[in-house]
Amino acid sequence: MEAYLDNAATTRVMDPVKEIVVRAMTEDYGNPSSKHKKGMDAEHYIKEARAIIARTLRVQDKEIVFTSGGTESNNMALIGGAFANQRAGKHIISTRIEHASVYQPLAFLESQGFEVTYLTVDSDGHIFLEELKQAIRPDTILVSVMYVNNEIGAVEPIGEIGRLIKEIDPGILFHVDGIQAYGKYEIRPKREGIDLLSVSGHKIHGPKGTGYLYINEKAKIRPLIYGGGQQKDMRSGTENVPGVAGLGAAAQEMYRDLSGHIEQMVRLKDHLIDRMGEIERAVVNSKKGLEGAPHIVSVSFQGVRSEVLLHALEERKIYVSSGSACSSNHPAISGTLKAVGIKREFLDSTLRFSLGMYNTQKELDYAIQVLKELLPMLRRYGGGPGGKRR
Amino acid sequence: MRYQSFLIKYAEIGVKGKNRYMFEDALVKQIRFALKAVDGEFEVVKESGRIYANALSDFDFEDALEALERVFGVSAICPLVQVDDLGFEELKKQVVAYLDQVYQEKDFTFKVDARRANKQYPKTSEEVNRDLGEVILEAFPGLSVDVHHPQVMVHVEIRSRINLYSQVIPGPGGMPVGTNGRAMLLLSGGIDSPVAGYMIAKRGVVIEAVYFHAPPYTSERAKEKVVELARLVSAYAGPIRLHIVNFTDIQLYIYDQCPHEELTIIMRRYMMRIGELIARKEKCLGLITGESIGQVASQTVQSLAATNDVCTMPVFRPVIGFDKQEIVDIAERIGTFETSIQPFEDCCTIFVAKHPVTRPDIRKIRHSEGKLAERIDGLVETAVETAEVVVCGRS
Repeated sequence: MEAYLDNAATTRVMDPVKEIVVRAMTEDYGNPSSKHKKGMDAEHYIKEARAIIARTLRVQDKEIVFTSGGTESNNMALIGGAFANQRAGKHIISTRIEHASVYQPLAFLESQGFEVTYLTVDSDGHIFLEELKQAIRPDTILVSVMYVNNEIGAVEPIGEIGRLIKEIDPGILFHVDGIQAYGKYEIRPKREGIDLLSVSGHKIHGPKGTGYLYINEKAKIRPLIYGGGQQKDMRSGTENVPGVAGLGAAAQEMYRDLSGHIEQMVRLKDHLIDRMGEIERAVVNSKKGLEGAPHIVSVSFQGVRSEVLLHALEERKIYVSSGSACSSNHPAISGTLKAVGIKREFLDSTLRFSLGMYNTQKELDYAIQVLKELLPMLRRYGGGPGGKRR
Repeated sequence: MRYQSFLIKYAEIGVKGKNRYMFEDALVKQIRFALKAVDGEFEVVKESGRIYANALSDFDFEDALEALERVFGVSAICPLVQVDDLGFEELKKQVVAYLDQVYQEKDFTFKVDARRANKQYPKTSEEVNRDLGEVILEAFPGLSVDVHHPQVMVHVEIRSRINLYSQVIPGPGGMPVGTNGRAMLLLSGGIDSPVAGYMIAKRGVVIEAVYFHAPPYTSERAKEKVVELARLVSAYAGPIRLHIVNFTDIQLYIYDQCPHEELTIIMRRYMMRIGELIARKEKCLGLITGESIGQVASQTVQSLAATNDVCTMPVFRPVIGFDKQEIVDIAERIGTFETSIQPFEDCCTIFVAKHPVTRPDIRKIRHSEGKLAERIDGLVETAVETAEVVVCGRS
């Protein structure tokens, strides 16, 4: 049996996505900017995808800009948003549990004279609204908070954050990294005060190299990529028609029956968390039910190095991620795990299991069974000579 | 400038007496092999004690030169221009045109060195030297003659056609691979062992390699990295047979039975033993390691002695006296460094004790190994039998 439990890293493309991608590559392969019929046919794919996506968010079509993926969307939101608004101030607020595609653009902005405040989180990975309130200053121009944390599945109170920011200063841009949230939540930017929302296609069974940034029509933002003026000058470059079409198809499928879909994921997640209880010295870092993301289960296995366990599972065709890197070669132990205060001894012992629409309960049971088989042996050696007394 | 040929000089192999032809043939073979990867067709010929690589078609000069610069045994590479013998007056023009094209700045000292294989040529070598020197001075007033230490030696070889060359590009030196037997390299993913393999191959030795894989403690990516390192070394050493040994069971068994501070030494002793068993099977006559005295606990003189204790074959340790930086410099030059520092072998550190012995006592180590008596022979046999072979580099 094979169990792909790394859906927060990437997902298998779903069949309707594959079909439309192939069609856009082999039949309707025109350039959407071409004036002839072939170009128009291609353009229809873009329009259709844009309309589908806008409907899932209840926003206008023109507020969706297609990008090469989540990383570009985050870069565009942060760098494009900061530079377009720097006359109003150079202060930005974010959190200590963001993804590198938020951290690194912020680090770049710091090198360009912007100042960034990083909010702390509690042991569940939630920010403190009071701390956010205190952090907002007259020169604050941008707040960036992720919707769902990619490592432990913590869900931030986005609606409350949005309302709080807008009450204090409606001029502050609110960016949400929604890469792990889109396709799992009803996201309503207009209601939740979100000005910028980053989304990736391949996390929702769409193609890699696709994504979009929702940009509130009132938000001021500067493009990152200049050229032929496609997408109303916001993102030049011939549109990735097959990718965009695939992204649209994936979004449609995910939101066709969102509650049914969430229900299925949560049932699987809770099953996995429940069964983790059977495993000795395993600590689940994620929440059951709707308190945490429906697809992410972070577990620390005391006394075994995560990377060793990962490779041992790999030999049994179970694919997961290690929550952090394992040795001195990677000085950057997971920021999230540290930020939520996971014990030192667990930092290096944490795996992330993440679910997708193709997973079954059988696969999860298989993973549990294999863990039960592997752990005693790995624990005997896993702690290293320092861990075992002779 | 369009070069039609390379004159390839070799140093050490010139002095090998009766074996000389064997060395030359090996060099010709290696040059042919190296040029196979280059866009263009070449013939490689031996001619009166020299080797020429003649282009039979258009070719990529930079690539060809780079390929030749990696052939051990080559001491220098001279790109040649061949002109037809149309009389001495024409030769003067040809030589001037040659210098004009090869040198941007005309402000060096030179000397003409003519040789006549064609003794029917109307002028003696001395006359050619003198007359061509004069013409060159007239054509380029910035140049001057220096007969003792010229910056540029203009070679004019008069044969049925005339060869002109003046650039001498240093080769890697050493001896052609295939002239000095065969040895087994213990290849890890680190910086030192690829360098060690390179250095021994440079002495003409055919290299095979063995890598100890310990899943799940070492990852597939770590293995891929070692395959890539072997491929990089093969650009110099020729195709390398890489033997991938599954070491996990042996490692765990040692961990269970032996004192942990001795783990590394005992593990290394078993790596040597297995390396030697495979070496014997593959008709290798020695082992090669990247050990350097004092670099880590397992490479103190006492540790090296304890490891060496199990070997009956000679163990070649070409970087034994090098500082880390000196090894890094070579790794960077031969292009293995960047691959070596990719961080994939993380988890074998599990089997490294916090305080490993640095001065192991061989008798004590032997005694500890006695505790392995029950199963170790079977485990070693299985490891040797199940080793996977990957041929790295073009064959």
